[in-house]
Amino acid sequence: MNATAHDAAELAAQRQAEAIRDAKLWYWQRLSAMVLAVCVFVHLGTMIYAVRGGLTAAEILGRTKGNWLWGAFYLVFVLAAAIHVPLGLRAIINEWFGWRGRLPMQVIVLIGVCYSMLGFAAIWGLVR
Amino acid sequence: MTTSSLQVRVWREAPEQEQGNFVSYEVPRTPSQTVLDVVTYIQRKLDPSLSYRFSCRVGMCGSCAMTVNGLPRWTCRTHVDKVVGADSRLEIGPLANLPVIKDLTTDMREFFDKWAQAKGSFQGTKTRHDDFAVVAPASKQRAAANAGIECIGCGVCYASCDVVAWRPDYLGPAALNRAWTLANDVRDTAQTERLRAVAGDAGCHVCHTQGSCSERCPKQIEPTAGIAGLKRMVARAAVRGELG
Repeated sequence: MNATAHDAAELAAQRQAEAIRDAKLWYWQRLSAMVLAVCVFVHLGTMIYAVRGGLTAAEILGRTKGNWLWGAFYLVFVLAAAIHVPLGLRAIINEWFGWRGRLPMQVIVLIGVCYSMLGFAAIWGLVR
Repeated sequence: MTTSSLQVRVWREAPEQEQGNFVSYEVPRTPSQTVLDVVTYIQRKLDPSLSYRFSCRVGMCGSCAMTVNGLPRWTCRTHVDKVVGADSRLEIGPLANLPVIKDLTTDMREFFDKWAQAKGSFQGTKTRHDDFAVVAPASKQRAAANAGIECIGCGVCYASCDVVAWRPDYLGPAALNRAWTLANDVRDTAQTERLRAVAGDAGCHVCHTQGSCSERCPKQIEPTAGIAGLKRMVARAAVRGELG
């Protein structure tokens, strides 16, 4: 095999590996979307059902303080969002800017971690 | 019929030309006239240098698709009455998302090369000496394959697809529909290679599920549904580590 053919074969193998990774990430995005669908429904449904005197922080905190069940629910919510959002951003980055490879992947992992941290902090404030 | 003549704008583009343009022609209206009749009239009576492609004239061959008043259609099966308003104006251009060779004739190589890239040919193990394979027509897989099998490769879906316009390396609805029919063919032996070929962001996973292909397919095939099926099939196989 000459150098050009070798490079072409390597590029094809690299593209193939990327395509399979894309497919796996798509699976996780879809799975997290299913979880999010349930979470959003419960979240909004509870708000509509439970809020009586207007939507105030005091009223919400009054119900959630010390309630670890809600804590666990929002933990699942945050994790699903922290998976789903960065993967969606990655797809947008790929499509709008043609930006692919390792760097955008690192950027979205960072976004996912930041997102989780913010979520965890919010949950901590909610139930502590 | 409202008036006796049609005002027709036809895309003209010579191979050496950088950018083509619409040229106007006046064509008499006739009963049950198709858009292909209009194009043929222009070439035979008004300007013999007009290039276009057609063969069967009855919606079997898939060669006469063009952009008619902004949408891709089979010109042979599109009656003028159906697409022309009270102003009797008709605009005919080449299919979108494909390079123009001349006037209304597009270069379909890229389109069919993508069928090959998507492993769109059947791979079997049996020979003529073996007995027939028995496939239950009512089985779920056969029903899924049958739903997409009538494609004649006209390119209407490919010209309708916005994702193809944005990402020229995207395999497109026709090639993926073909891959889906084979992925549901129990006799086929190249399943893993095919799933690998259609995976990822130049394959099925980039489809936005806008459904223009399904909306415009003259055979009422739903490539969008097949692509959604491929997304699930490929992702499941990838997560299970079956694609390497």
